[in-house]
Amino acid sequence: MTTQQSAIYYPAGEIEEFLPQIGRVVEIKDHELAVFRTSDGTIFAAENRNPHPKGGPLAEGIVSGYYLYDPLYDWKIDLNTGLVQAPDQGQVQMYSVKIENGQVWIAL
Amino acid sequence: MNGNKEKLVIIGNGMAGISTVEQILKLSSRFDITVFGTEPYPNYNRIMLSYVLEGSKTIDDIVLNDLHWYEDYGITLHTGTTITRIESETREVVTAEGLRFPYDKVIIATGSSSFILPVPGHDKQGVVGFRDIADCNVMLEAAKQYKKAAVIGGGLLGLEAAKGLVQLGMEVTVVHLMQDLMERQLDPQASAMLKTELERQGIRFKMGAQTAELLGGERVEGIRFADDSVLNTDFVVMAVGIKPNTGVARESGLEVNRGIVVDDYMQTSLNNVYSVGECTEHRGVCYGLVAPLFEQGMILAKHICGVDTAPYEGSVVSTKLKISGVDVFSTGEFIDSPEHTIISHKDDWKRTYKKILLRDNIMVGAVLFGDITDSAELQKLIKQQAEMTDELYASLMGTGCGGHKKATSVETMAEDEIVCGCNGVTKGTIVDAITNEGLTSVDEIKACTGATRSCGGCKPVVEQILQYVLGDNFTAGAKQGICACTSLSRDEIVAEIRQKGLQTTKEVMHVLGWNQPEGCSKCRPAINYYLGMIAPDTHVDEKESRFVNERMNANIQKDGTYTVVPRMYGGVTTPEDLKRIADISVKYDVKAVKVTGGQRLDLIGVKKEDLPKVWAELDMPSGYAYAKSLRTVKTCVGSQFCRFGTQDSMAMGALLERKFERLDLPAKFKYAVNGCPRNCAESCTKDIGIVGNDGGWEIFIGGNGGIKARLADSLCKVKTDEELVELCGAIMQHYRETANYLERTSEWVERVGLEQIRAVVVEDVKERKALMERIEFALEQVEDPWKKALRNEEGQNKLFQGIEVSARP
Ligand SMILES: Cc1cc2nc3c(=O)[nH]c(=O)nc-3n(C[C@H](O)[C@H](O)[C@H](O)COP(=O)(O)OP(=O)(O)OC[C@H]3O[C@@H](n4cnc5c(N)ncnc54)[C@H](O)[C@@H]3O)c2cc1C
Ligand code: SF4
Ligand code: FES
Repeated sequence: MTTQQSAIYYPAGEIEEFLPQIGRVVEIKDHELAVFRTSDGTIFAAENRNPHPKGGPLAEGIVSGYYLYDPLYDWKIDLNTGLVQAPDQGQVQMYSVKIENGQVWIAL
Repeated sequence: MNGNKEKLVIIGNGMAGISTVEQILKLSSRFDITVFGTEPYPNYNRIMLSYVLEGSKTIDDIVLNDLHWYEDYGITLHTGTTITRIESETREVVTAEGLRFPYDKVIIATGSSSFILPVPGHDKQGVVGFRDIADCNVMLEAAKQYKKAAVIGGGLLGLEAAKGLVQLGMEVTVVHLMQDLMERQLDPQASAMLKTELERQGIRFKMGAQTAELLGGERVEGIRFADDSVLNTDFVVMAVGIKPNTGVARESGLEVNRGIVVDDYMQTSLNNVYSVGECTEHRGVCYGLVAPLFEQGMILAKHICGVDTAPYEGSVVSTKLKISGVDVFSTGEFIDSPEHTIISHKDDWKRTYKKILLRDNIMVGAVLFGDITDSAELQKLIKQQAEMTDELYASLMGTGCGGHKKATSVETMAEDEIVCGCNGVTKGTIVDAITNEGLTSVDEIKACTGATRSCGGCKPVVEQILQYVLGDNFTAGAKQGICACTSLSRDEIVAEIRQKGLQTTKEVMHVLGWNQPEGCSKCRPAINYYLGMIAPDTHVDEKESRFVNERMNANIQKDGTYTVVPRMYGGVTTPEDLKRIADISVKYDVKAVKVTGGQRLDLIGVKKEDLPKVWAELDMPSGYAYAKSLRTVKTCVGSQFCRFGTQDSMAMGALLERKFERLDLPAKFKYAVNGCPRNCAESCTKDIGIVGNDGGWEIFIGGNGGIKARLADSLCKVKTDEELVELCGAIMQHYRETANYLERTSEWVERVGLEQIRAVVVEDVKERKALMERIEFALEQVEDPWKKALRNEEGQNKLFQGIEVSARP
């Protein structure tokens, strides 16, 4: 937890407010996040910025397991690490998430 | 070079020479092969030059054996090198530069040249034949600089040249000596129908005209005919015939008539010297088509390699004109004579003609025009010298309405019979490829053997062979895993869904053993579509398996904003609607209002969270600009206002759009409806293009103006509006049921074949009705997505609104 010392968790809503496998944009302070709920109920929070050089959002991608296919260029992104899968390259900034009593908390 | 191998020299790097080499390589490695060719290219498919001219292929596309191929097989190729003679005493061939190369055996495959009429002026600039890449390049260049072209010769080659030049934007007149076009392949009836059709496509004709002189200075400016009339022109293509290239043979003292005389094993009058292809004369016949040269090449290859072979006994030739939208076919004997019994059927409305010639009740020839579905079948029957029976008659000529079908089996076909005339592929080769390589689709056979690669005329037979070899394992279409998650093909997946009654994508992936349990962005939307297509009433659409545009019912732009496109049926709107669109655009600060190619308005740059409000305030149906569904029906002004219009295209366009909107399709889908053949709404690049004419409508399918542009094919003509709607429905449903997800109709038509589609939706009336019923049923389930989203406020929030965290931690 040393790396998260300075991290502060913000309440991002009830888990039910996130549709399974459909992303939703969450704005915390001046950060825009794309939050995904996978089919097993895990929540991932990513910076809502496509790692593709042309940018664009991520929230509207297709979610499969713990992978995201980005909505504009169809890059495959690992939600655990934010790493773009070969043959493409790049990394998305991911944020820590915890769920307590059905409440989603995201650390900035 | 390998010293102890026999030296085999091929003179002529064309289709006959190289196909013989290919056959030899299959049989033996005992030759050290050297090929000489005058042209500066590797071996290419000469018959496809017509496509190069027409613009649908490039020269690179038509290369059959590239330079690597020669290298791989250790063949020495001398391009740009002409052989002038063979010296049999020293066993050497001599090039035009005087170089000598030794041989043990020689094959002459020098082909033929365009016959240039020896009239005064024939050597002026701007006069070419149509034979090789060089000629083709001259024509392509000429079309850039000049307007008027004349093609002398109304045979196969002349007509293809004329069509190509028209396509290149030239004004083309075909000058023909006879009263009938293609008189060497067609009878007068078919010929007249052909002329009418080609006139419709913009070719002009001057019949019964004997060329007397080419006029002009250095460059040709006109043609004077024997009756002293004159045709002005900037460019002349001579396509009056071919002349076998027999120069080498004559210089070398071989027996030459019209062509190089050979026996039944392609042996010339000189020992160890053989000849194949167009330069050859066998039993008094010189052939000018590829099928015979493959048959000759195969026999020669066996003979030269010491393999037992039956003698060559001549070929039954068939002709197919390679002009899109004009289906003409003839095979065997086709001109009536008293000893023939003729079965014929001419239909002036559908513009089809079919004639079968019998001699002593044996089928000896056939002519087809307009509908050549039966060409492969007839060709086979005539080769087999089949006897006409009641059954055959019924299957070929139909018994009343729609009764048409059933092909006889390919079982009886000989192993070494050529199935694909263009590429010289035998039944045996195809059967071997299927069994040894485990092939299951025509595409794979094409990739592996080359069959169907060129004119496509052999596809029905290839399909039959596939069906016959695979038996019960046969599945229509290509077997290819649809994505990296599965090795199953589209057809297999669809069959499993139907059989096992699978309901959700998850279930499909689980039951059918996907290697990524929730699939990927390719298969999830596809499976979701197949499920909906199979069970339109019970399938619950999976939003999470939809691409963002379809989930949001709006088009995402690169900055993450969206474009909203309301429906404008048939491209028609009202001042009130325009006003509302304008007001809303101002209110929501859209970045641009754009008139689209499909005749409606894009409101570009709407924020995601504003989408529901924009829809609500517009209160118009969704234009589905984001969907794999019917997008727009482009219309012209039509008979309501246009002075040329014969049909009410605007009303028909709106009617079709209302009827078929919203339904999920494998890919986006566009229509155009025109009031008359002037075709102002450009139906040639639409999935379904409709052209009104005086007595009804003509339907075109498979057009595309997108990534891979393709002109639509004429499917059929109908007389009434009801028939038109029914056919459109049947086409769409057939496409829904058989296309791969994301496969546009342009690819679909090419994959499954226009003939197959015609057989199902046009000819099989019962199936057409059934298709129509199924699409009606599916249409009953659709609902406007904007209205639906607005009704479901909670879902709408989760989908469109973000969450703003204002609270402190
Ligand atoms: C535009 C066009 C469309 C056609 N469409 C069809 C069709 O639809 N269906 C069909 O069946 N047939 C069609 N044909 C005919 C078909 O292309 C020929 O029948 C076939 O190419 C003949 O093959 P070949 O090897 O005998 O001659 P070619 O393919 O002409 O090959 C002969 C080669 O030998 C070379 N050569 C000649 N003399 C010498 C020499 N002394 N030394 C070295 N090299 C030499 C030539 O340069 C040439 O490259 C078409 C032909 C053309 C031109
Ligand atoms: S296609 Fe015919 S009817 Fe339609 S606008 Fe053009 S000319 Fe008029
Ligand atoms: S016969 Fe032309 S491609 Fe096979």
